[in-house]
Amino acid sequence: MRSPAQNGGRRLTRRGLLGGAAGLAGAAAGGSVKADSLLDVPPRGPGAPLSATSERSRYVHLARTPESTPGMRPVDPSVAINSKAPIDKLVGSITPTDLHYERSHSGVPDIDPAQHRLLVHGMVKQQLVFSMDDLRAMPTLSRVAFLECTGNGWENWKTASPDVTVQNTHGLISTNEWTGVPLSYVIDLIGVDPRSTWMLAEGGDGSAVARSIPLTDEIIAEGILAYGQNGEPLRPAHGFPLRLFLPGFEGNLNIKWLRRLKFGDRPFMTRWETARYTQLQADGHARQFQLRQDVNSVITSPSGMMQIRPGYNRITGLAWSGHGRIDRVEISTDGAKSWREAQLAGPKLPKAQTRFQADWVWDGKPTKIVSRSTDDKKQVQPDRAAFIARTGTNALFHYNAQQTWAIDQDGKVRNVLQ
Amino acid sequence: MSFNSTLAFGIAALLCCSDSATAAEFGRPATAEEIKAWNIDVAPDGTGLPDGQGDVARGRQVFEDNCSACHGAKGEGGFADRLAGGRGSLATDHPVKTVGSFWPYATTLFDYVRRAMPYPAPQTLSDDDTYAVVAYILNLNDIVPADAVLDRSSLPRVKMPNRDGLVPDREFSVITNSRQHQGRKP
Repeated sequence: MRSPAQNGGRRLTRRGLLGGAAGLAGAAAGGSVKADSLLDVPPRGPGAPLSATSERSRYVHLARTPESTPGMRPVDPSVAINSKAPIDKLVGSITPTDLHYERSHSGVPDIDPAQHRLLVHGMVKQQLVFSMDDLRAMPTLSRVAFLECTGNGWENWKTASPDVTVQNTHGLISTNEWTGVPLSYVIDLIGVDPRSTWMLAEGGDGSAVARSIPLTDEIIAEGILAYGQNGEPLRPAHGFPLRLFLPGFEGNLNIKWLRRLKFGDRPFMTRWETARYTQLQADGHARQFQLRQDVNSVITSPSGMMQIRPGYNRITGLAWSGHGRIDRVEISTDGAKSWREAQLAGPKLPKAQTRFQADWVWDGKPTKIVSRSTDDKKQVQPDRAAFIARTGTNALFHYNAQQTWAIDQDGKVRNVLQ
Repeated sequence: MSFNSTLAFGIAALLCCSDSATAAEFGRPATAEEIKAWNIDVAPDGTGLPDGQGDVARGRQVFEDNCSACHGAKGEGGFADRLAGGRGSLATDHPVKTVGSFWPYATTLFDYVRRAMPYPAPQTLSDDDTYAVVAYILNLNDIVPADAVLDRSSLPRVKMPNRDGLVPDREFSVITNSRQHQGRKP
């Protein structure tokens, strides 16, 4: 495949701005005056005063979309259960902290870190209480990784609304840098009984969300008691002052406002791991402890509700896998009849979103565009037919089928099932 | 593994091997009273259930006072989840997941009501009232009779209709790790 640089800067800078950069154009809704000649570009002058915190340009409009149930949006934030990230308007692979998707089960508690405590107990040598000062004094690590709500993609289980954006279909995923204490350090520090195989993690929110965490080598090695997010303390919506972070595992395991870890030798069977986050199969049984986020990808531009023009268009999107690193993303511009490899733009980190891109010249005829990803464990993102044949349409969570966008003769991009 | 995490594990290893770094330097022992106050989870075998008891009649009153505004007068649902009915629907195109049709353990209902309900004021119901409202919700689903009285002994014995409806994911059905072999001879 030719890289964009090999295609010549002129095409990318000029035609790319006109036709291909639909996402960026959508973000910069305020810029209405064209500057076709350099003589039309406004003159320089002294700028605004410097400030304590940087605000976004007034030409850039980025916001999450609160939602109460699939298709119910936007809603009054007081009845929202989640808030979706505007991935159609984002670039690169890191999500701005204030736009990281949010899922909260009982609102966002206001916690004074001086009064926050973490209790660790159960099958341990020492049952201890840690303050935030204790935790911040412990060894630390940072890791860039995605977090994904297990409900991401739940728009398209049974039908595909043609009027939704990729923010609606796939906005429950984000990638940040998370900083905190290695879970393994705390496990060694308190002397967890080697026979302990499950850990209950419980939040300080109104519903005291609690999940059983399997103590596999992977989770022990990669888990973080996180107090930092993108270089600053966690935002309240994301668990301030302390949350569990488990790279690659479904969002609700990453307990926010963490205040209790209890070590045991079997799962605790809380409401969330029995009645809520279990996936109903076609035969009426439900899959329980399906905790890993599977390999996934989506084209974010062109995507739902955008409009493209015939000629050059740059296809770009995001791929991720809870199994590891993204090895390959393929795209189809003929409705999954033929595929070619997209370019992966770095960084390519394990269990983090990876940006992909590909050149495309649209001939102006109706077509469908699709992406499919493959990770370093050789997991391949399934097509919708195979996925539904295996899972049925009632599972509600863990949807990772390939996303298809249909493009009509006017260049309008619409959500379709396949 | 990234440089940062390698470095962090290196530091952790150093601290673990130095006799000056002990758990006592981080945190303090939890008291029995503290653990009792925070240790609110209830296991399927009944571990964690408190003393006390409640019956269906009392539970109906507790439900009307605290629950029906969101869940409907008979648990038929409203602003919040439907709690009753739905048996036989799980394999259809329109599954109705309720306590009666879907929840595999009655103990989980006690745990959830006690920790999270009523939504505006969680952890305010007495233990007796929690047993009672659990009895009422189970009775709405024809799982316990109208004269049922639930306590720490009887609640774990309630067999839920969907008790065998959950199938653990293959990856996490049996948990093993290398810590289990620590201290054993190879």
